[in-house]
Amino acid sequence: MGSDVSGATSTEATTAPSGALLEVTDLVKHFPIKSGLLFDREVDQVRAVDGISFSVDKGETLGLVGESGSGKSTACRAVLQLLKPTSGSVKFEGQEIAGLGRRELRPLRREMQMIFQDPYASLNPRKRVGQIVGDQLKIQKVASGGELRKRVEGLLDRVGLSPEHYNRFPHEFSGGQRQRIGIARALALEPKLVICDEPVSALDVSIQAQIVNLLDDLQDELRLTYVFVAHDIGVVRHISDRIAVMNQGKIVETGPADQVCEHPRDAYTKKLLAAVPIADPRESAARRAERTAAG
Amino acid sequence: MLRFLVRRVLGAIAVLFAISVLVFLIFNVVPATNPAQRIAGKNATPQLIKNVEKEWGFDKSLPEQYWTQMKLIFTGEVKSYNAHINVDERIVEGIPATASLCIGAAIIWLAFGFLFGYLSAVRSGGWLDRGLTVLALIGISMPVFWLASILLYYFTYKIELFPPSGYEPLSDPGKWFSHLILPWISLAVLFAGFYSRVLRSSMLDVMNEDYVRTARAKGLSQRRVMVKHVLRNSLIPVITLFGLDFGVLIGGGAIVTESLFNIEGVGLFTAEALKQQDFPSIMAVTLFGAFFIVLFNILVDIGYAYLDPRIRLGASAA
Amino acid sequence: MSATPETAPVSPGTGGGPLLEVDGLRVGFATEDGRVQAVDGVDFQLEPGEVLAIVGESGSGKSVTAQTLIGLTRSPNSHIEGSVKLNGEELTTLSEAQLQKVRGRQIAMIFQDPMTSMNPVYTVGRQIIEAIRAHDSKVGKRDAHRQAIELLEAVGIPDADRRVDAYPHEFSGGMRQRAMIAMGLALEPSILIADEPTTALDVTIQAQILDLIQDLNRSRGLATILITHDLGVVAEVADRVLVMYGGKVVERGTLTDIFYDPQHPYTWGLLGSLTRLDQPRPHRLPQISGAPPSLLNLPSGCAFRPRCPHEFGKCKEVPGLEARLPEDPNHRDRCWLTAEQKRRLREVEGRIGLEEPRG
Repeated sequence: MGSDVSGATSTEATTAPSGALLEVTDLVKHFPIKSGLLFDREVDQVRAVDGISFSVDKGETLGLVGESGSGKSTACRAVLQLLKPTSGSVKFEGQEIAGLGRRELRPLRREMQMIFQDPYASLNPRKRVGQIVGDQLKIQKVASGGELRKRVEGLLDRVGLSPEHYNRFPHEFSGGQRQRIGIARALALEPKLVICDEPVSALDVSIQAQIVNLLDDLQDELRLTYVFVAHDIGVVRHISDRIAVMNQGKIVETGPADQVCEHPRDAYTKKLLAAVPIADPRESAARRAERTAAG
Repeated sequence: MLRFLVRRVLGAIAVLFAISVLVFLIFNVVPATNPAQRIAGKNATPQLIKNVEKEWGFDKSLPEQYWTQMKLIFTGEVKSYNAHINVDERIVEGIPATASLCIGAAIIWLAFGFLFGYLSAVRSGGWLDRGLTVLALIGISMPVFWLASILLYYFTYKIELFPPSGYEPLSDPGKWFSHLILPWISLAVLFAGFYSRVLRSSMLDVMNEDYVRTARAKGLSQRRVMVKHVLRNSLIPVITLFGLDFGVLIGGGAIVTESLFNIEGVGLFTAEALKQQDFPSIMAVTLFGAFFIVLFNILVDIGYAYLDPRIRLGASAA
Repeated sequence: MSATPETAPVSPGTGGGPLLEVDGLRVGFATEDGRVQAVDGVDFQLEPGEVLAIVGESGSGKSVTAQTLIGLTRSPNSHIEGSVKLNGEELTTLSEAQLQKVRGRQIAMIFQDPMTSMNPVYTVGRQIIEAIRAHDSKVGKRDAHRQAIELLEAVGIPDADRRVDAYPHEFSGGMRQRAMIAMGLALEPSILIADEPTTALDVTIQAQILDLIQDLNRSRGLATILITHDLGVVAEVADRVLVMYGGKVVERGTLTDIFYDPQHPYTWGLLGSLTRLDQPRPHRLPQISGAPPSLLNLPSGCAFRPRCPHEFGKCKEVPGLEARLPEDPNHRDRCWLTAEQKRRLREVEGRIGLEEPRG
């Protein structure tokens, strides 16, 4: 799939080749902690994202893995300028987007979309599926009327729903189907970059695989570029070309997916991998024996 | 805590200032009868009215008038336009009656609100719950003036169980009690009904919480689960309401009850002031009432922190 | 857990009979949309000192089964049939007051979300003390407080004598789950029911909690029912496994049976859809198509039929939970395919999985 060249195993920013769609350099997002008797002064800060650099090539999937509090979700939002970064640079197709105003960002929003974790909370319960998926097309004046409907039905079909679902409400769908609606909405404007923030962690096991496969198919078909954020390193490894491991606001290791999982270099990555249960009783028993022998 | 108090007290002063300015402006901008004319009497000569204007300061600029008015209120020298009585003194005189009425009624409505709400929640869906629901709805929908009139008619005129009306000071507890029992009931019924509904729904929400399931799984008795875990965690909405309701009433809001039972408290004084459009009195009772509402709001917030250790007073998120 | 799952678990040897015996358990709820049969005929036995995993997705009935064991699903809207026997004593017919003596003392239960499973307004210590004193009011407050500290130490909470007086929100997620376990252990029960105990936790914390559960299982002979959707977790700690789907047990066997010789296509699908770090990644994850069934409207016959690529005519009849392998009477499943067919059909791209449906 994508190239494994850029940023390989190095946590430093590598000047990405011309193929880089997204290039993030020294991105920092701190949240101030304020206190004071009468007027709030900044007394401390939460270093949610503390200087991360990575780049993503066209058509590639970068997996961003980390535990709760590692800053991975904040990083996504800061990249998309949904949160204003404290400092650092975010280049999309070579153009600096950090610090751009709302109006300047507007055309770029078409190119960068996001899929959220909770398919229950991220869909407006009062809107019909057709509206949810088609709203962006309308707002950006891409299509309207019969053309709009045709495109939305096409999208629903593409993500494995049926065009008859057009007039239904989100609550009539199962969790997996709702995530499909979320994907259709994200794809409506034919974005180049899709950031998936824990897209499968709220879903049942058997549904997770469906969504992962769907994302895979869509990438091949539409030549999408993904940043796939999740805490489940197994899922991240399956879908990603390269993986960046985040811990306490920093990227501790980057590299090709198999290499990071099979030959981790960083101590934290090793600890993370060792904690993942192995769905093979003999292997997990052997690993435990090793662990008790060592400790 | 210090940070919380400093901020809230400053906030309270700001709110009271804003209210006083607002009331002052309403009275001076909205055209009404000329106060000087009212003070001077019906057949006053223009000269007399002029004199009154000068004497009371109506010829001065609005900020100056506001300042004088505030000074008078806070030094306790403010006089009403009509009877020339000292407004602050009248309010202070009314406090024992109003406090007796409101505290007594609050005890009754809290007791019944909690009892009925608790029983409804514990037996939710059962006959007791349905019966109490009907009772509560009747209580909520009965107008206070109607209930008070019925009580007065039946208990004082028909069977003469209770003395007619008025307020007797606490120095004679028996008399005090017998004069207040009907006002207490008529004031408490509405709140009791309402509070029982609020507590019931709050408890039903809490009953679905995971920690209630944990409490049951530990082997606690049903009653312990309901009291220590469900009831205890359902108090916040009730406390919120109580702070507001009690603040309003004690600040002179029990207008209807005090009027009907002829209790010479702050509420009755407010009613008279409103009827006569007596500006100094209205200004003073408004500030008095607002003070209590603001005070009880602060107390409610302190109550929150006491009830739920996760709520930290003065945390910057708040 | 024992190093080889096949060996019998270390049991205190109370002499004959299983610790817990569940027979024909059915739990239905009356809802506005009709009757929901959440659990539809579950049988199993729990031996002293073993870890039994109940695996399933949402709506499979696994949590309802667990909660019904100690009567937590009793309500005017629920209808419970069948039998739950603890040391031969029937629990389903006990009064609420009698059940309270069983809960916590003989069977303890911990839940998925340690964030919401402790009452936020009481200190952790107070909630443990409450559990102790609910069962033995003679224990003084000071003794109970000391016991609470010891329990917190036993589950690996550092600084227990100070932390005992902290509120749940002052604990991290993992520490809270440890505290929940400490509370469960307070009365030295013989059974611990753990309902998705690690689902809400980070993976490094999950490993610690699983180690703790296993350690307690071994050192105290604490029989454990582990409810989970995660086969990885099962592989780490369980001795035996029940796989549930649509309110029924569709397969039951030892850990080895379920992972190396699975008989039910749903089990294949679950195993196949795992992303395994110990294996090369497949080009495509073998997925189970469709969605878990609505309990309001279960398909007739085998509940898995609409999602099963191997469905055939016979599947319109409900298959019983039977031993279908002559050599292994304790490995049971609900699938009409022959053992020979199963062996052949479950291989997808060199590993166990469910074929993609045709078309």
